[in-house]
Amino acid sequence: MTTHPSAAVIARYADPRASLDEVTMWSVEVHLEGCAHCRAVLVGRVPDDTRVLLDRVAAGVDRAVAAGPVPAPRRRWSPVRNRWFVWRLLPWLTMTVAVLGCAVLLEAAAPHLPSLVTLLAPIAPLPGVAFAWSRRHDPAWELVAGTPAAGLAMLLRRTAAVLAVVVPVLALGSTRTGASLAMTLLPCLAFTAAAITLGAFVGVRVAAIGLGVAWALAVVLPAVLTARLPAVLEPGGAVAWALLTLALAGLAGLRAADFRRLTSHH
Amino acid sequence: MMRTVSAAETAATTHPWAVHAEGLRVRAGRHVAVDGLDLALGTGVHGLLGPNGAGKTTLMRAVATVVKPAGGRLTLLGEQVGDRADLRRVRRGLGYLPQQFGFYPRFTVREFVEYMAWLKEMPKATIPGAVQRAVDRVGLTAKADARMKTLSGGMLRRAGIAQAIVNDPAVLLLDEPTVGLDPEQRLEFRELLRDVGVDSCVLVSTHLVEDVVAACTDVVLMNDGRLVYQGVPDDLAAQGGAGDAGDSPAERGYSALLRRHRAEAGR
Repeated sequence: MTTHPSAAVIARYADPRASLDEVTMWSVEVHLEGCAHCRAVLVGRVPDDTRVLLDRVAAGVDRAVAAGPVPAPRRRWSPVRNRWFVWRLLPWLTMTVAVLGCAVLLEAAAPHLPSLVTLLAPIAPLPGVAFAWSRRHDPAWELVAGTPAAGLAMLLRRTAAVLAVVVPVLALGSTRTGASLAMTLLPCLAFTAAAITLGAFVGVRVAAIGLGVAWALAVVLPAVLTARLPAVLEPGGAVAWALLTLALAGLAGLRAADFRRLTSHH
Repeated sequence: MMRTVSAAETAATTHPWAVHAEGLRVRAGRHVAVDGLDLALGTGVHGLLGPNGAGKTTLMRAVATVVKPAGGRLTLLGEQVGDRADLRRVRRGLGYLPQQFGFYPRFTVREFVEYMAWLKEMPKATIPGAVQRAVDRVGLTAKADARMKTLSGGMLRRAGIAQAIVNDPAVLLLDEPTVGLDPEQRLEFRELLRDVGVDSCVLVSTHLVEDVVAACTDVVLMNDGRLVYQGVPDDLAAQGGAGDAGDSPAERGYSALLRRHRAEAGR
């Protein structure tokens, strides 16, 4: 609790002729800044000429405030509203949605083939994720890379923006074609987590391209040629995919520091 | 209004130099653009001069912690920048204007500077005030709510300077900041440099010797990725003779130093 200075001390503080030692003056000054009551006491003790001067200053300040520009409205800052990068993602997301739309149509046209939506689900988010963390495609990468916020959190935010579009489209596509919802969404999340985890070691872009190519060659191509859904996408594998997703996400969390290092923003 | 001073603000400086490079090597693609550079910079405005391809921009990028040094030691604000370093603390004290900076054309100057302030992890409550102050300092007050795509080249440059100074950086790196500024704006910019250089380390790369002489407390001359010369502007002017190329004593000093360095390197 602060003790208020006595009225006598305030009177001496206010009187230019009275002497007050510096330490007392400072403590009175600091107290006055935070105490309206003592300020009111002070006003009663100041000499008349000072009061006239203060009134003149107050009137001048009021006039200037009235004549000056209106203060800018208080804006609430939120990163969500400043969705800078999302605009740059739009073309890629449009492409992903278009490809998935084509897959749905193809499935309707050629029912003997295995579910294309399920086959493409794991690699659907990869173009967006690769784009989101690529120095070639972010015009401001040089500005962003030198800031403390650059790191896993930023990559995850951008990935979330990609998933927010891709996941509903996949869900819609799988229900339309009658494919298993879990076997569409879980591999999609697992591959996203894998791209980020591998990205800690080799760069997200390389990781996404590598995973995409590997999946296309190892699973999609044979499945289309043999017209059978591969074993890894059979409905029984849902638990394995879920565990894989969790493990990869955990690993990515452990490697979070890598995204802040100098080489990670490829 | 009173403000709480944080412990970090009053902590004693325990590093002798804000920027300290020892035998620094940095690659630009396959080419080693900075090759064995020794440099120590303290508080003040340091003008970085050198011909095209001398490694100025690459050095700037390394100091901005955007590219990784290929060898040697680089210490920023007392912390070594390397593979294992947590750069977050250092980066909070950095301000960087790249030579060419991308931006998102839909955003206004204020939003751009706000976004950068947010990325620099400034306390949320201080951002609007700091942004307004930075925009005022570069003279863009009237254009604060104009979209980035409507700005002229010089205004963009100034918006870039505003985002660099918004967090009151301890190390401010400006790569070619005077490109596109008209003569009057350049004078104002020099004033700003002197102002910022009072208590932080400013490294300005430029081709304009006159800017360095007018606004800098220290001249750093680079060629072929190495340090050629470091001294005060008056000393740079004293290096040149009547026979050297240039229209001012400083320009003559600049060309004399480069000529001497090239002759030594050629031997």
